[in-house]
Amino acid sequence: MSARRLAEQQPDSFEFTPENKAWLDRQIAKYPPGRQASAVIPALWQAQKQHDYWLPQKAIEKVADLLGMPYIRVLEVATFYTMFNLEPVGKFFVQVCGTTPCMLRGSDAIIEVCQKRIGEQRHVTADGLFSWLEVECLGACCNAPMVQINDDYYEDLTAESFAKLLDDLAAGRPTHVGPQNGRNRSEPLGGLTALTEFYGADGKSGPLSDPAAAAQPAHPGK
Amino acid sequence: MAKIIVDGIEVDVPAEYTLLQAAETAGKEIPRFCFHERLSVAGNCRMCLVEVKGGPPKPTASCAMSVKDLRPGPNGEPPEMFTNSPMVKKAREGVMEFLLINHPLDCPICDQGGECDLQDQALAFGRDRSRYTENKNAVENKYIGPLVKTEMTRCIQCTRCVRFTAEICGTSDMGNIGRGEDSEITTYLQSAMRSELQGNVTDLCPVGALLPRPQNFRARPWEYTKTPGVDVSDALGANIRIDTRGREVIRILPRINDAVNEEWISDKARQSVDGLKLQRLDRPYLRENGRLRPASWSEAFGAIAAKVQATSPDKTGFIGGDLSSVEDLFAAKALADKLGVKNIDARQDGAKLDPKNGRASYLFNASVEGIDAADALLIIGSNPRWESPVLNARIRRRWRAGDFHIAVIGEPHDLTYPYEHLGAGPDALAKVARGEGFGEVLAKAERPLILVGAGALAREDGAAIAALAAKLAVKGDWNGYSVLHTAASRVGALDIGFVPGEGGLTAAAMAKAGALDLLFLVGADEINVEPGAFVVYVGTHGDRGAHRADVILPGAAYTEKSGLYVNTEGRVQLTDRAGFPPGDAREDWAVFRALSAVLGKTLPFDSLAQLRALLNKAVPHMAQIDEIEKADAGALTKLPAGALSGAAFVSPITDFYLTNPIARASKVMAECSALAKGALKQAAE
Repeated sequence: MSARRLAEQQPDSFEFTPENKAWLDRQIAKYPPGRQASAVIPALWQAQKQHDYWLPQKAIEKVADLLGMPYIRVLEVATFYTMFNLEPVGKFFVQVCGTTPCMLRGSDAIIEVCQKRIGEQRHVTADGLFSWLEVECLGACCNAPMVQINDDYYEDLTAESFAKLLDDLAAGRPTHVGPQNGRNRSEPLGGLTALTEFYGADGKSGPLSDPAAAAQPAHPGK
Repeated sequence: MAKIIVDGIEVDVPAEYTLLQAAETAGKEIPRFCFHERLSVAGNCRMCLVEVKGGPPKPTASCAMSVKDLRPGPNGEPPEMFTNSPMVKKAREGVMEFLLINHPLDCPICDQGGECDLQDQALAFGRDRSRYTENKNAVENKYIGPLVKTEMTRCIQCTRCVRFTAEICGTSDMGNIGRGEDSEITTYLQSAMRSELQGNVTDLCPVGALLPRPQNFRARPWEYTKTPGVDVSDALGANIRIDTRGREVIRILPRINDAVNEEWISDKARQSVDGLKLQRLDRPYLRENGRLRPASWSEAFGAIAAKVQATSPDKTGFIGGDLSSVEDLFAAKALADKLGVKNIDARQDGAKLDPKNGRASYLFNASVEGIDAADALLIIGSNPRWESPVLNARIRRRWRAGDFHIAVIGEPHDLTYPYEHLGAGPDALAKVARGEGFGEVLAKAERPLILVGAGALAREDGAAIAALAAKLAVKGDWNGYSVLHTAASRVGALDIGFVPGEGGLTAAAMAKAGALDLLFLVGADEINVEPGAFVVYVGTHGDRGAHRADVILPGAAYTEKSGLYVNTEGRVQLTDRAGFPPGDAREDWAVFRALSAVLGKTLPFDSLAQLRALLNKAVPHMAQIDEIEKADAGALTKLPAGALSGAAFVSPITDFYLTNPIARASKVMAECSALAKGALKQAAE
């Protein structure tokens, strides 16, 4: 990681949508009077969601004004948490886990695909579809290697399945969220070996094994 | 109180004391970077690690753990701490090694060298060599204002500057962005700091990351001759140390005085030093055919003597300046008395304050320390942030302590703390005096502080406003009637009676066209003297007074003379001479003494000591240096009431950075002023 700065190209203004403003007012109301600053992270998060997954300077200032905080205090928060993007990201923002378990299971190959397909980290492709970032552990180690694309996890990747995933996303085809090797969540690849009587007859876990429900379209995050 | 054993020495300290304070009580010094007595505890530098028995079995940050957090021994023995055990030594060496990993080895070209905490503590507590062979981290320099130069690679992220701007200044200019090894100290998008106290971050910075920009590469700390002095840029009388190298004043630093300025000074006090050598009057001048020409002292005195002989005392006047020492004004007044002149006045702004109403009528009676004890504050016609930033920081600290109601009558400025704005003019004050609104808060308060500024006093109804304000302020032993002056010389001038005698004219009347034929300006630059009178200016800078003058006699600035200044609370303070006035300039009292001999009215002193002896006889409390002679609050009840006008209060200070001739001559102050006005685009890089 290196020092993070605000993007050079900045929009002229930022305004919360009425729905987001109402949502934010509810968050602020959770805290006692004079303690509105506690809502800074939800406020920044909502601003980022509203603004194509990155935080412009005006959004930081807007949040500061809403919460009665000095600008520098909000900037401190926005630069501290790496989940706040300070620069534009692609429509599909790929966060590749490179921490030890994923690295041992082949995240280097995933990163190589990113470099070949997308280019350098923190650079958006010319068509605006992709950008990627290597991040620290995302907490899905049993499905390593994995990436997070916008709000969804894609797990048990190989270079081939990941390349296909990117193709599908680029082409707007539906994708399968979760493990890409036929595994059901973090269950064993060959089906359950214990507690089988509690779950579905197909040897996979019950309630969510409906394939129709599992195959959700990828969110662009809008 | 709690007992604790520090390196075998048992001490009894308040339970809320930190281990660091307890160690200091026992006479043990603990190294520290982030900890500062006047800031909140951060605990992030880890330099103050100590070993404790009765606490966690690992080195403990002594600045952040209090004595009451430690458990006693199994048999009830007091907890023990060690500041020199092998564990502590190893911990300090380790912390120091980590701090030095990313600290550049540029001490030879660093201005902090010689007064650097990191350098000193690395010598005292560090290892003798580095084991680190990787590349060091480098950090981009930041623009944070015209007064502070940054060298951010040297920063050790102690966050003292961040806490100072957030807590003391109240402007929250600085912050720590990024995380981990990418942490950077900066202002918001590299804008200039907005506080009038920002220069203090250079004193707080324990390394060479934040340095005073105007003093960049000027001198090494050990080259300075250090002279204790008193600041004259406002009426607080902040204690300063004047550092000179050769004849030149290079920098001014605060001296610690908890009763006055603690350890802060305003930017004007600190950085108008370059004004001391610019625009200086270094020889007498005479106006001939409308142009000033250099002259000798005897020529100048001859011209004045001719004019004095031709003028009747009724048509002669003396106006005292804002930066003059008590001795200067005393000598000028002695000369005026000898000449039989009644037209003398030091109140250039026309403040309706008169020594005949008693000393309590013009002092900051609550005293600066009394701000900490006050429980309600009413500010009338003053902008303390500009009239005395350090005093304002004290008000802010009192506000931060909680349970402190503040209201303002006058212009609603950003004072760095919230307040209730009651109105713009005397109507609002009359309402409070009737006990309505904020008047109820004051009535309930035991120690109300009524801060009256020049904006309320320097106007036609000033005396009536003072009388009204005084009624609100006195409760039992507490006298909260507090005048915040804008001129360093004002209280001293009023103490020695530098006001019009029987039938004499005030400063404003003297400046009117046709009022006088001969006018002496004793460093008076804040008044516009209309055409007509023959003006003799005794002062230091080619400012307004000198431009108007017919004869200029060069005087000594406050760093160039030993003199007494009485601050707004009535504290008599002595400043020492740090250097000599330039060229032919002389100390003002000596100028008047020499002039008196030429006029055949020789004054009865030949030295400063003799002058002081006379002064002490006339005004005994001038001998009590650093003391406040308490004023009798009873006099306040006799203040004459009068009619109030409807006009709003306006603070006389419109530009904080340019209030006196020294500051107006200073390039640094001009830059600050332009920046404050927004004329200068905030440089991004």
